[in-house]
Formats: sequence, structure tokens, C-alpha cells
Amino acid sequence: MDISLQNVEYRYQVNTPFERLAIKDVSIDIPSGTFLAIIGHTGSGKSTVLQHLNALLKPTEGQVLIGERKITPEKKQKNLKEIRQRVGIVFQFPEHQLFEETVEKDICFGPMNFGVSEEEAKKRARAAIGQVGLPLEILSKSPFDLSGGQMRRVAIAGVLAMEPDVIVLDEPTAGLDPRGRKEIMDMFYSLHGTRGLSTVLVTHSMEDASRYADQIVIMHNGEVYKKGTPKEIFSSPEGLLKLGLDVPEVVRFQLKMEKSLNIRLSKTCLTMDELTDEIAAVMKRGTAT
Amino acid sequence: MMDKMIFGRYVPAESVIHRMDPRSKLVLIFLFVCIVFLANNLLTYGLLTVYTFFMIALSKVPIRFIYTGLKPVLLLVIFTLFLHLFLTKEGEVLFRFGWITIYEEGLRQGIFISLRFFLLILMTSLLTLTTTPIEITDGLESLLNPLNKVKFPVHELALMMSISLRFIPTLMQETDKIMKAQTARGADFTSGPLKERVKAIIPLLIPLFVSSFKRAEELAVAMESRGYRGGEGRTKYRQLSWGLKDTAMFAMLAALSLVLILLRT
Amino acid sequence: MTEPLVELKNVSFKYDAEAAYALDNISFNIFKGEWLAIVGHNGSGKSTLAKLLNGLHFPLEGSITVGGISLSEETVWETRKKIGMVFQNPDNQFVGTTVRDDVAFGLENHGIERNDMVQRVTESLEKVKMSSFLNQEPHHLSGGQKQRVAIAGVIALRPDIIILDESTSMLDPRGREEVLETVRELKRDYHMTVISITHDLEEASKADRIVVMNKGELYREGTPEEIFQMDEELVKLGLDIPFPVKLSKILREKGLPLSRHYLSEEELVEELWTSHSKM
Repeated sequence: MDISLQNVEYRYQVNTPFERLAIKDVSIDIPSGTFLAIIGHTGSGKSTVLQHLNALLKPTEGQVLIGERKITPEKKQKNLKEIRQRVGIVFQFPEHQLFEETVEKDICFGPMNFGVSEEEAKKRARAAIGQVGLPLEILSKSPFDLSGGQMRRVAIAGVLAMEPDVIVLDEPTAGLDPRGRKEIMDMFYSLHGTRGLSTVLVTHSMEDASRYADQIVIMHNGEVYKKGTPKEIFSSPEGLLKLGLDVPEVVRFQLKMEKSLNIRLSKTCLTMDELTDEIAAVMKRGTAT
Repeated sequence: MMDKMIFGRYVPAESVIHRMDPRSKLVLIFLFVCIVFLANNLLTYGLLTVYTFFMIALSKVPIRFIYTGLKPVLLLVIFTLFLHLFLTKEGEVLFRFGWITIYEEGLRQGIFISLRFFLLILMTSLLTLTTTPIEITDGLESLLNPLNKVKFPVHELALMMSISLRFIPTLMQETDKIMKAQTARGADFTSGPLKERVKAIIPLLIPLFVSSFKRAEELAVAMESRGYRGGEGRTKYRQLSWGLKDTAMFAMLAALSLVLILLRT
Repeated sequence: MTEPLVELKNVSFKYDAEAAYALDNISFNIFKGEWLAIVGHNGSGKSTLAKLLNGLHFPLEGSITVGGISLSEETVWETRKKIGMVFQNPDNQFVGTTVRDDVAFGLENHGIERNDMVQRVTESLEKVKMSSFLNQEPHHLSGGQKQRVAIAGVIALRPDIIILDESTSMLDPRGREEVLETVRELKRDYHMTVISITHDLEEASKADRIVVMNKGELYREGTPEEIFQMDEELVKLGLDIPFPVKLSKILREKGLPLSRHYLSEEELVEELWTSHSKM
């Protein structure tokens, strides 16, 4: 399912003394099957963009196309459930949304809201719990008896069981240790491939963005500052650094090294392997001459 | 969500009223509530009205703010007016239309009582408009201090109030967040029959309870590690100071009461 | 080395209902003026350790000494004066309704005289660069700012030791950097002893010494150089290797004559520069 934001503006609390412009003139295309990363500081407007992806917010200007549905400022929207089912959002610290007596019931909550039968929902719960790498026994436990990392996975399973076409992730690895972080991101990446999902990752982590995304959007002060492939984005890192944003370690190191050695590597490297090959080449060339 | 509630919300400004000691404001409001009942004729009610609006002018809170805040309460005032208008059957008949008969006494009473009601609301909302919740808490703590002698936990109560005040915005944000997360999972908080809607609240309430408990626990640990061991031996950072303006305000209210007593019939 | 400021001797602890020890026979010392990082995956026992140091729990076996005082239920309020804690969740340790009230909270608890209190609040907020937020309410602050206020609350009490219990793990990169920079300054200017409990290896690589925890046991103790020689072993413990170390390792594998694993990018670039210019 394609999603497209067209010149979207959003103001919080219109017509009150507290009115505040959150995003303006934001246009982003998310064709089916894309892995898109949205990057920006806290307050750059990225979470406001996120909430437009399944019509939790309605733009105050411009329009949002979600599949065949068109969300505009004028029209009052009815029956948004279909959109919510097709676009699943994993919010930051999703474990905070758990509430049922058992893990199984909690995972079934989403699907059953969308009219799936209890039997089918339970089947999906079993599948989802496997996908997030937890054993089946956990289904009968109370979500509040689990460890933090397990709770996070259960909450994610609850979204996966909705069987969405698009999955939106808001800082899914916040607060996890390095191993947990890597496991969760690898899981989403493999789901993205095997299920043919579109994935939207909202993150601070340039590492994750450059490693997993095919498209990156950089938000700054409520506007799209830059968009493109990781290569395009990171081939001119100076602009990002000026905004006070990070760049991936590999890119940062390349920049530092080029400056200090007063050389230019032949390309922008995004992986450790590329970078070390390039460095090795430069150093060996040095020896040869 | 919170921003829709303007009634009684603190409006920062530099005014005499803002700078008054919260204790004197609390006591003055209490006294005002008492002397309002002294008024019983046009002149005395007029004086009270002038006094109230004088205070509002002193506070420098924009009238617009007070008006939008009062709108919902205004309905109640009007309701009071009509109640008396229709139900009091004393004095001369002023007006008759179909089954509606309006008596002179009804009009008089209706106007006076709804005016009294209106002035009370204005003055009490002036307290919260010009005093931060924490100042009110401090004022209360200080006024209730004598109760410590009878083992009433004044300090604990004040601390509890100030911590609740501190966490209200945090909980509002949290509620909004969880509501959105559950909406994204297909929950519907806004439509359907009442029974359904009550049921729909559970996925919101339970996570809120759980997180509040967790917060409370962590807060208790943090407080303990920062040396909190109850009220004994504690010093206070925020200080209340009684000034000339507070004494002046008391004098003014005393004068008003005296005049009211003399002029009432 | 100097006298140890904190001594842990054969410390064991377990939570009531659980069979396994959360901490199993831990012994190490913390010295005055050092930055010690305690690392480990979630559930390795590192946070339990922090709670023991602050007297929120007491060891089942073994002993903890803080500044010469043996930590027990009788002495806990004494030792708490020497140790300040900054916790993980910025919201759940902010007690005051405004920034200055929050910093004052600890001072009030210790019965500090008002004039002194006002001065200390001002000073400590200056130190963490939050002076312009005196009357700000917590929900208008970012996570990093709240954590800096928490640090101000700690230093206002002038403890010898500051413990950061995963204090940066809920922050965005900018907030994290703000907090760490503040702590670095404190250590430099006040010679404070810093204990940071973290799973962020970048953070740990800047420490003077690292203690690695695993399943309630002390797995290894050493300088960052020594610890990061462990390499794949760290990954097995659920941790990570800092970027410069990873990079120098691959470069060596690809045949570059690097003399060691570098902990900072600057050192590595320097080395590359030297060997490049020699050619």
C-alpha cells in the first residue's frame, strides 16, 4: 500500500492562544515495499509526521493519501479502522500499552478490534510471538511478569498480529542494551523482506538509518530538510553536522581522516567493510609509490 | 486536553494581587465569602460589585481570559436567575404571559442571588488565576500549621499536594500517548453505546495505573536517596512574606464590611 | 594508588522471591577522583549494585564501606550524604514543581539554612548550565535538561561520589552528550568520583576503569584498553565494541600495520596519518 504526504501542514490547538505550528509543507512518498527512515532532533516534527501515516492526526493544510483513502483538512473522516489495520504503529516504549491479563489476550486485542474471530486471532498470536523470538509458553503469562525486553517484544507482536501492510516504528530500540537493539532491528528488517511490508523507521540513530533504510528523510524545524538514499544523504555530511545532527560513525571517521590526511577517498562509504577497504587501498598505494 | 480548561488556570502577570502573600489571599477570600451575605439592597450589592471589579482590574488579568473561563459557569448563574424568577411568588405582579407570571420579589431575588453567586465565582477564580497551585499549597500548609499540635499531618498533606501538581501534566501527556497507541490498535474511545465506551476505557486505564505505580515507586526511591525522611528537621526553600500590601488589603476589606453593615437594610 | 573511597568485599545479594543471586560474591574498590564504568547487559546485576551502594538494599553477605563507614541500616543516612544518585527515568526523579524547587528539595531534606540554600541552588544550576530555566516547569524541559537538573540537585549537596544509574539510556543523542559533558566538567572541576552504570560502550570507553558484570558476577575489571581487548567476548556478553576498536581490528585483518586497538578516533587517525606521511 502506498502512502503519500502532500504539502502537509499541522498546527496544534488551532484557534486557541496555545496554537503551535508543528510541521509545514511536508511532502513524503512511501511507495509499497520501501524502507524509509525519518531522522531529526526531538521537536523536529518527526512524531507529528508519524501520526499522519495512519490518520491519528488530520492535516490542517495539504493532504495525505493512504492507499485509496484521501485525508484532507475539510472532510470529517469516518471509519478509519481500515487504515489503522493496514498501517500498524509501534510507538516508543510500546510496553507501556500492555493491559490484558495474559500475553495472548493482549496480542489478540488489535486483531479482534478489526473484526478478526477469536480463533483466528489466537492463531495469529501464536505466529506473532514466534516472529518476535519468544517461546509459546509466554502466551499464558501475565505481561506484567515479564522482563522489560520481553514486554517490548510482546507489544510488537500485538502490532504484527494486526497483519498490517505498512509498519511504522518510533524509536523501537530505545533503552535496550546493544544485543537487544540489534536483535529487534534485524527482526524488523527480515520481516520487511519476507512479508513485503513497507517500513517507516523514526529514529535518532544514523547507524540504523544508514544500515537498513533505502530512503532517508531528514526533518528539521518542522520541515523536510533533505531526502534521498543513504548514499545521497551522507555524501555531504557537513550540512547535517551543522544542524547538530549525527552522521554514521563510518561517515564521520571518513570525514575526519580525509581532513587530517588531506586526501579524498574515492567514494562515500557506508559500511565498515567499504571504509576499511578504501583505507587499506590508500595506505598500500602510499607504500607502493 | 488540558489546554481546553482555561477556568481558573494561573495567568502569569506582574500585579499587586499576584505578589500578595497566598495566605492573605486565602483568608481574604474566606472573609469575602462571609461578607457577601451582608448585602441585601441595591446599594450594598453595588458596592460589592465595584469591589470585585476593582480587584480584577488590580490583578491585570485580561477580561477576555476571565470571560472565556467563566462561560460554562455563566449558564449556572442564568439558571439561578430563572429559577428565582419563576418560582418566587411574592410581591406585585410585574408581568404575565400565558402560564408565566413574574413577581417583583422574584425579579429582585433572582438578580441579587445570581449576582451574589456570580461575584463569589469571580473572586474565587481570581485566587487561582493569580496564584500558582504551589503557592496555594504553601499558603495552606502555613495556615494549617497549628494543626500539627493535634498530630494532623500538615507537611505530608502539603507534599502530597505539590507532588500531585507536579505530575498532573506528565500524566496528561501519558494519557494522550496511550490513547493514541490503543487507537492505532483499533480501539475506539469516541463512539458507540455507553456500555461499549466504558469497556473501551480499560485499555487506557490499566496502563495508566501500572505506569503511575511504577512512577510512584521510582519517585519514592529517588526521594529517599536525596535524603527525604519526613518533615522533621526540614528547612524550607520557598518562603512566604507578609507585606504592606497584604495589610492594606485587609484594611480595605474591613472598611468594606463596615460600610456594608451600615448600609444594609 | 590512593586509599579506596568505596570498598566492596565479597558482596552477595538476592531479591526475596528469586532463587538466583542478583549479585554473587562481588569484590572491588573505587578510588577517589576516578571515573568507574560498570557495564553489563540488562539484568546483569549492575543496577542492583547501584541500589546497594546507595543503601536501598543491603548485602546478604559481605560488606560495603563508603569513606571509612561500614554501610548498614544505622549508617545509611550518613553514607547517603557522600553519594548522589542520578536515575534512569528523567521524569520519575523530578520532585519539585519548578527547576529551582527541585534542586532545593535535597537541601531542604538535609536542613540546610535558607541563605546557604539559595546560594547553592544558584551555583549548582550555573554549573549544569540551567540557570536560565530557574522557574521552568518540568514538562517544558527535554529529557537531557531534566537530567542536568537532577545532577544539579546532587551536586548542591556536595557529595564525594556521583552515581549515574543508566542516566543517559532514555535520552536522545544530543541529551546524552549534554549530560556526559556536564559530568566530565564536574569531575574535572570538583575532582568528583564518578560511577557510571551503563550499557553504552562509547560512554564506558571514556572512563578511567571498567568493571564488566555478567549474570550477577564480576566478569572482568580493568582499564578501557584492557577491557576492549576482550573483543568478541564482549559481544557474547550482550555488549558491543566501540567503533574505533572495531575499525582498527578490521584494518589489522586487512593487513595494515597498526600497533594496537585504538579507543578514540583521533588516535587512530593520528596513527594513519603518521604511517601515511612516512610513505
